[in-house]
Amino acid sequence: MDTLGTVKTQQVTCFEPPNLLTLKSGLKLGPITIAYETYGTLNQDKSNAILICHALSGDAHAAGFHKDDKKPGWWDNMIGPNKAFDTNKYFVICSNVLGGCKGTTGPSSINPETKKPYGLSFPVVTIKDMVVVQKSLIDHLGIKKLHAVAGGSMGGMQVLKWSVLYPNIINSAIVIATNTGHTAQQIAFHEVGRHAIMTDPKWNNGDYYDQKPPSIGIGLARMIGHITYMSDESMDKKFGRQLINKERVGFDFSQDFQVESYLKYRGDSFVQRFDPNSYLYISKALDYFNLSEEESLEEVFQDAKASFLVITFTSDWLYPTHQLKSMIKALKINDIDVSSCEIKSSYGHDSFLIEVDGQSSLIRNFLKRERK
Amino acid sequence: MTYRLDYEIIADFIKPNSRVLDLGCGDGDLLSLLKEKKNVRGAGIEINEKAVYRCMEKGLTVVHGDIDAELLDYSSKRFDYIVLYESLQQVLNPKKVILESLRVGKKVIVAIPNFCHINGRFQVFFKGNVPVTKKLPDQWYSTPNLKFLSIKDFQSFCDHHNIIVEKKRALSRNQEITFWPNLFAHVGIFQLSKS
Repeated sequence: MDTLGTVKTQQVTCFEPPNLLTLKSGLKLGPITIAYETYGTLNQDKSNAILICHALSGDAHAAGFHKDDKKPGWWDNMIGPNKAFDTNKYFVICSNVLGGCKGTTGPSSINPETKKPYGLSFPVVTIKDMVVVQKSLIDHLGIKKLHAVAGGSMGGMQVLKWSVLYPNIINSAIVIATNTGHTAQQIAFHEVGRHAIMTDPKWNNGDYYDQKPPSIGIGLARMIGHITYMSDESMDKKFGRQLINKERVGFDFSQDFQVESYLKYRGDSFVQRFDPNSYLYISKALDYFNLSEEESLEEVFQDAKASFLVITFTSDWLYPTHQLKSMIKALKINDIDVSSCEIKSSYGHDSFLIEVDGQSSLIRNFLKRERK
Repeated sequence: MTYRLDYEIIADFIKPNSRVLDLGCGDGDLLSLLKEKKNVRGAGIEINEKAVYRCMEKGLTVVHGDIDAELLDYSSKRFDYIVLYESLQQVLNPKKVILESLRVGKKVIVAIPNFCHINGRFQVFFKGNVPVTKKLPDQWYSTPNLKFLSIKDFQSFCDHHNIIVEKKRALSRNQEITFWPNLFAHVGIFQLSKS
């Protein structure tokens, strides 16, 4: 498969004073720096742009390789020449979300007023705020209409928000493995993660940027997260009851099973690339997400105009298919063009990062459709 | 695509530029034909994942799911036509699906395999088997069909439920059957409406 080769993250700053962004909470924020990457070429009439929205721990680096990196971007199997999001045809954009820690303004950024990192003085942000910031990036790039907005998990929530906040700007919405509002179970898992971070003694009320970052809490949060991203079957296939370099269990509290060391490794390595405060802010944004908080889903989608492609996975128990059924119904009632597919997969919620063939086939053909 | 009289008959029933919902649209061949010939605005519902991919390849709008459940979501008279092409015998509650279809669509087109075709009757009578024919190739243990009916049975069902049969055609292997269709036709095609 062709690859994009070396790519670079770029930055742009918007919402400079006095044009601060008014957040959903009512607080104001600015300036806001947005980190983003683009792949492919924007055509003459600027009609081939696709915005990709990332999930909780994702970033602007969706595809290709950063210089000297061995691992490509997080959705490299889907974005590139001749891939689902074909960069020979489309101009693909991905930006780091507001509140993130990979180049877009977030709690680890320097507050221009105090010249210190924001920490917990950073305002709580929502999925809507993230989308408004993405819109300013699209404006900056001079794009009037997006061919598609696509994303899985938290990315899917941003896509949904785009479809109702800027209905005239997007032609199509690709919504993957997500929900229209966080359920009690989804909030509960996040709360355990946040609790782990905030009870880490080194977290220090979010004020730790002049020291070594607190690693225990966020490591634990990531371990819990990973369990929710996999499935019973995928964990069993991957680890079973395999032991770590042992013939038999140790009858002590050292690690016995492969799955234990895998989770520990995932937790430990996460702190290298993710800011604990960003984790708090972004997980909060997810928990606050509820498209139908003020009106029914039928009413919410009344003005939506995009064509929708909704993809879910059989083994995804974190964002199961049935939770999106009411959204599909709302789209049908509003006479909105909607296609959907539940892909058979054993990888759990992570399927959207792994199941390339089914998703590519659906997305490629969906993007090809002529818009009436 | 090879010529299929059954598809042509259905296409013939449908007025140009209509809105069509195909319940159990399979690979989307019929819906594609209707789009091409009658410029319909169509959508399909299909339970088979692989078939959903093939519909998408044809540029169709398709929802992956159960006919019984998905149909309930639509508001009344949303479509000009609801098409049930050889899928009615595969649903759990055909009566409910027909009545719901008549709510959601102005007209309903149903194509059913005729289980009382002469070949089948011979098998039942002389061999004592449940029919396995070219048109009905599955064994009793592997057939996707849940209900077994004849052209006559379906007509009686409509009469009994005050459903108007506006048009009715029968065919066998790309040939229209006008003489004793319940014996000689493999497929019956009906256009229904509700007074």
